[in-house]
Amino acid sequence: MKILVCVKRVPAPGARINITDDGQAVDTAFLGFTVSPHEECAVEAAVQLTEKYGGEVTVLTLGPPEAEEQLRTAVSVGAIKGMLVPIEGGEWDPQRTAAAITQSIRQLESTEGAYDLVLFGNESADSCGYQVGVRVAYALGRPMVNGAKGLDVNEQVAVVRRESDAGQEIYRLPMPSCVGIKEGINLPRYPTMKGRLASKKAEVSRVVQEAPVGGLKMVTLQRPPERVSNTQILGTGPEAAPAVVDLLVELGVLR
Amino acid sequence: MSVLVVIEHDRGTVSVHSLGVLTAARQLAKQVGGQVEAVTVGAIADPLADTCARYGASVVHQLHHDALVDFGPEAWGEAVSALVRSTNPKVVVGSGTDRGHEVIAHVAARLDLPASMNCLEFDDSFDGTNPLRVVRARWGGSLLESAEVDAPIKLVTLANHTVEPSEAPTSVTAKPTTVDLPENVLHSFVCDRVERVAGVTLATAPVVVSGGRGVGSADAFAPLEELASLLGGVVGCSRAVTNNGWRNHTDQVGQTGTRIAPDVYIACGISGAIQHWVGAMASKNIIAINTDKEANIVTKAGYAVIGDLHKVVPAISEEIKRRKGN
Repeated sequence: MKILVCVKRVPAPGARINITDDGQAVDTAFLGFTVSPHEECAVEAAVQLTEKYGGEVTVLTLGPPEAEEQLRTAVSVGAIKGMLVPIEGGEWDPQRTAAAITQSIRQLESTEGAYDLVLFGNESADSCGYQVGVRVAYALGRPMVNGAKGLDVNEQVAVVRRESDAGQEIYRLPMPSCVGIKEGINLPRYPTMKGRLASKKAEVSRVVQEAPVGGLKMVTLQRPPERVSNTQILGTGPEAAPAVVDLLVELGVLR
Repeated sequence: MSVLVVIEHDRGTVSVHSLGVLTAARQLAKQVGGQVEAVTVGAIADPLADTCARYGASVVHQLHHDALVDFGPEAWGEAVSALVRSTNPKVVVGSGTDRGHEVIAHVAARLDLPASMNCLEFDDSFDGTNPLRVVRARWGGSLLESAEVDAPIKLVTLANHTVEPSEAPTSVTAKPTTVDLPENVLHSFVCDRVERVAGVTLATAPVVVSGGRGVGSADAFAPLEELASLLGGVVGCSRAVTNNGWRNHTDQVGQTGTRIAPDVYIACGISGAIQHWVGAMASKNIIAINTDKEANIVTKAGYAVIGDLHKVVPAISEEIKRRKGN
């Protein structure tokens, strides 16, 4: 089974997200970077499927040249190779991103054959667009379900489980198909020493893509109003317990 | 001139979020000098015409097809796309839920239009002819983006809980239409369901006692379990806990876990990074228990106890039991 996973490099913020002076980007001067959480789980889901049924996992990303680091991270946990679509000068809008990813998948498939599954994250942690995977799937003419909390394969059918307010929903998609993965589907593994070594040597190709600018234009970023809280300190250590219980009674959750 | 609302429903039961969307759409319709129209997918949702009328929709497009008996993202997207092509609304608004985003994304893909998800505000300078300026949520709401949707038809979703539903009854014209659906969108339907077992869940519990990295191990959650059960609540956790394998992801509060809004949130040994705060910030009252009085969660919480959760949490439980014993 051949699986392609599309991942995104995102900053890993701590307690506060700062913005650059021009309001055009997150100030990442003091931040590390990671694979967006849903996609980290998508890589793990793909690796688990190939461990179960055989096959291989390729990872694809569109981002700054440094995003090669995230592709190599994916290789360190079981993918075999990566493709980077480098972009300059800030992030691309969802339509443009989807067009470039679609072209890249077509190129990969023309030399390597079709992927049984193309996996995405449900949404990226930073821009939260909720649409690139769906756009790519439609352009490729493949079925797509987002929000997968379970994924297995049965006789060329992808069985997707997802959660709703009412319970769990099961979808069956004939392959080749596309699936958007949600965190919680699995617990991503840590890289092994062997994985780390493999990631250094793995093939990462670079393919520049051109795609037209879409109609969603970022004007500026801003931080939401700070929550002003004059925190009331109820006490220090276990001696604070009576004050906490008094408060719980006052708030009506304890009688 | 119309503003089209995509009504989210589960086999005929309307999503409460759609009522907020209808309410918000009335303002947009006023700006473009038009009316609110709604679309329901599947004959099972025909009775929702009354609900749409109560919240101000003048027209309800009822899309019918034998296959439209349960939710299917592609079939819904295809059906709504056909309607958008034929009615040419100025704006199409969906709900800010997984299903809402998904359907709007499928419409956007089919019509090759931009889409702006999780909008919190629509600019009042919009009159239907100019680009629509919006404020949308990034990073689960910890960062805001001013953006312009520049296209003949604007596709957006409204972030949940941004507009309180309010009624504005009007008379409604129901327009049933049978839609054509190509074979290749008939795959991705809900084909089986596992109903949730009734009971208190993380999303609905009045009290959530949550633990973070500071708890230290899976076993060390026992005192949190006890406190939660004394308060009729449940235990939650931060992403660090899930990543360590101490608790299941279903307990995770945060941007990529569950967003909660309990009466009381007790955060034990949680620093309060963005990822976590986004999931907990809607709580009505927050009590932080932390050794670090400068921790982000302590500065944002309404109440705090400075101390080691391993000593403070059992002391609270003992105090509750002592008072109940009296």
